[in-house]
Amino acid sequence: MFCSPRQLKERGILGINRRNADFIMRYNPRRLFPLVDDKLKTKELALLHGIAVPDLLGVVEAQHQIKQLKAFLYKLDDFVIKPSHGCGGNGILVVTGRSGDSFRKAGGDVVSFDQVAHHVSNILSGMYSLGGVNDFAIIEYRVKFDPMFARISYQGVPDIRVVVFRGVPVAAMLRLPTRESEGKANLHQGAMGVGINIATGHSCGGVYHAQLCDIHPDTGESTSTIQIPHWAHILELAVKCSDSVGLGYLGVDIVMDQELGPLVLELNARPGLNVQIAIGEGLLNTLDHVKQLKNLPSSVEGRVDLAIALSHCKIRQSTS
Amino acid sequence: MGNNAVRVWVCLLCVVGLSVCYYKTTVLGLPIKPQQDTEVWTVQAKINFVGDGGPAIFEFFLPNVIPGYLKLDEDFISGRFGLAVQDEGDNRKAQWAIRRARDMKSLYYRIAVARSSQSSGWQSHPQFPSSPEYPEPYASAIQSILDEARTASADVATYTMEILQQLNSPVPNENVELFRDHAGNSEQWVKEIINILSGVRIPARILWGIRTSDSSNHSQLEPLLQVHNGQEWLTFDPHTSERGIPLNFLSWNVGENPLYHLSGGKLVDIDFSVTKSYKEQIDVARSGARHADSIFTEFSLLALPVQSQNLYRLLLMVPIGVVIVVLMRTFVGISTFGTFMPILIALAFRETQLLWGVLLFSLIVAFGLMIRFYLERLMLLLIPRLASIVIIVVIIMLLISLVSNQMEAERLLSVALFPMVILAMTIERMSITWEENGPRDALLQGFGSLFVAILGYLAMTNEQLMYVMFVFPELLLVLLAMCLWAGRYNGYRVCELYRFREMKNIERD
Repeated sequence: MFCSPRQLKERGILGINRRNADFIMRYNPRRLFPLVDDKLKTKELALLHGIAVPDLLGVVEAQHQIKQLKAFLYKLDDFVIKPSHGCGGNGILVVTGRSGDSFRKAGGDVVSFDQVAHHVSNILSGMYSLGGVNDFAIIEYRVKFDPMFARISYQGVPDIRVVVFRGVPVAAMLRLPTRESEGKANLHQGAMGVGINIATGHSCGGVYHAQLCDIHPDTGESTSTIQIPHWAHILELAVKCSDSVGLGYLGVDIVMDQELGPLVLELNARPGLNVQIAIGEGLLNTLDHVKQLKNLPSSVEGRVDLAIALSHCKIRQSTS
Repeated sequence: MGNNAVRVWVCLLCVVGLSVCYYKTTVLGLPIKPQQDTEVWTVQAKINFVGDGGPAIFEFFLPNVIPGYLKLDEDFISGRFGLAVQDEGDNRKAQWAIRRARDMKSLYYRIAVARSSQSSGWQSHPQFPSSPEYPEPYASAIQSILDEARTASADVATYTMEILQQLNSPVPNENVELFRDHAGNSEQWVKEIINILSGVRIPARILWGIRTSDSSNHSQLEPLLQVHNGQEWLTFDPHTSERGIPLNFLSWNVGENPLYHLSGGKLVDIDFSVTKSYKEQIDVARSGARHADSIFTEFSLLALPVQSQNLYRLLLMVPIGVVIVVLMRTFVGISTFGTFMPILIALAFRETQLLWGVLLFSLIVAFGLMIRFYLERLMLLLIPRLASIVIIVVIIMLLISLVSNQMEAERLLSVALFPMVILAMTIERMSITWEENGPRDALLQGFGSLFVAILGYLAMTNEQLMYVMFVFPELLLVLLAMCLWAGRYNGYRVCELYRFREMKNIERD
């Protein structure tokens, strides 16, 4: 039922306290947090550094703009509305198409414009933002995910979370939405995580509800034989994000669009606990190793190579 | 660097906090437990004398060094006499003087003491006495007693003990009998012993004191024997040969000078009376400390007016609650709504009692949640919605009060004591969590908050803790140190042992 602290330590598991005290406090200056907490700022920053992100279609900044929203949304076939300061995938509305005057949500439910407007108004009044402060609503391009993920996700968009430390990718996992997570790629809400070998981009292990698992709970498909396409590109993207935002310990969420390829969806300044179960290995050893390196390669490619050299994602063997 | 600085601070704060606390318990004698009663002994000396009509001076020894006791209070009733008190070596002397003393005059001296572990001793260093020329047959008797004692002793203390044991032996030899016949009363007996001891040049003197075994109206000063071993005065009972000052012996004065000296009058009597009373230990310690001129009593919270005292009693418990939140969140990993919301809930429980508090809290939050879900469907803006919830919470509270009044369940009336803003916030936070993260998370956090609130309530209403925090507010420094230390704790949380439970099934390389 429980692990002993020693067992966790032997496996190099990074705990919340340690992550906060030794990594976030030390490597993530507080003043940079707004860059990742505000998705609008993240987007601007990414565009500035030539990092691919989903297109920004519009921003709602004040309640009175909601009146003009109707005409604007009716012009679009599909879109995503999300709070600029949201966290944990909360408050994201994905519209895949229209049904008469109403909009069709990702799950197939139909919502009226009034409901959409109420959602936007909730976002503006700060319902989904961290401190409950007033927020913006972002309307952006809806990612059409690569069909290779269709058999292993239930609604929603699967994404790839890469943990980057001092500009070196140290761990990665594929996050698959499930029926339970309601299309969100958040492990805490019931999504499935699949570890990815940093060196190869091949899947290894998997976690669902903190249990080891390598079958998608809804589709029943095996998750142990996935090869992520454009893997080197994804690693480069993650490293570039880390360089541009300046946070030493960063989670980069990347989605695979079938036409546009890898796109950076959002950044996270406090990543890296669940990924450990997904890859079946603690992060501490790798993190400590990178911590002690005095000279890191300055080029993006150099650090991707370093990450590949460091990586040794082992095929998990369950004793149970 | 951060770690070392924190370590230094933690040590510093702990040392300061605990040492002040230690000083207050041991030196000032503040009790660690609330409401401990202590015996307080009041000894009163009443002096009656008749004046000759001219000037009169009455000199009287007062207790000065009182080992085993703490002086709480003393006062003089002098009438129209002038009073001067002065130290004379190990003694203290009061001098009452009047220009014209006619008729009967009464003077009073009163001292209140309590037992204390505080150690005090006599400071004086005596001269070695010259050995006297004893007349026969005493000279040979003394010599044989001293010789016998010398062989069976190592130092002044054991030497004295040997001599006393010989003199008090139940089957005395003829040498001892000689002295016993000679000594009429205790005082003479002690003087005999001093005389014998001066034969080997051991400084000795009489210690006068009064027994406080029980209340009595006509007590007498009793003599004990003291010898000096080069460092300190050792006390012996001249009759039982026991070493040390008896537990109930209140030292008064030392030496052979008479207790009083009167000029210009005729003494009628000096009457000592002893009364026993009980006092809360905390008061005893406070008045004792006042005499010791300690800054800690001047800055004590006990010196505040009673109303503010009650406020601070509550205020001082908040850090305890906060530390519990820190423990529960950092070390155990229980998630709660807001950081310190559980403490606010716990403070509300103080008013309603625990069981009713939990019951009412759950009831109102459950009702509120249901209504909140309906409001969600009306699509209201956030702030008006929050305001509506506050109003609805008030209405629910009113309804509960009215219903309970009808049912004559008075306990439920205390529902009004809940801070409704906290309730409204809890409802709002819970419903958002419910919608966003599902009912599981919402209930988990809800019960987490309630659990921490209950723990906080139990700690914050603990009599012993309340008392300790109030009397020893310096413990706040220790709490601060605990928080600083917790701030650098980077080990696992208990909940992580569960969260990563699967990791033990993964083989290590």
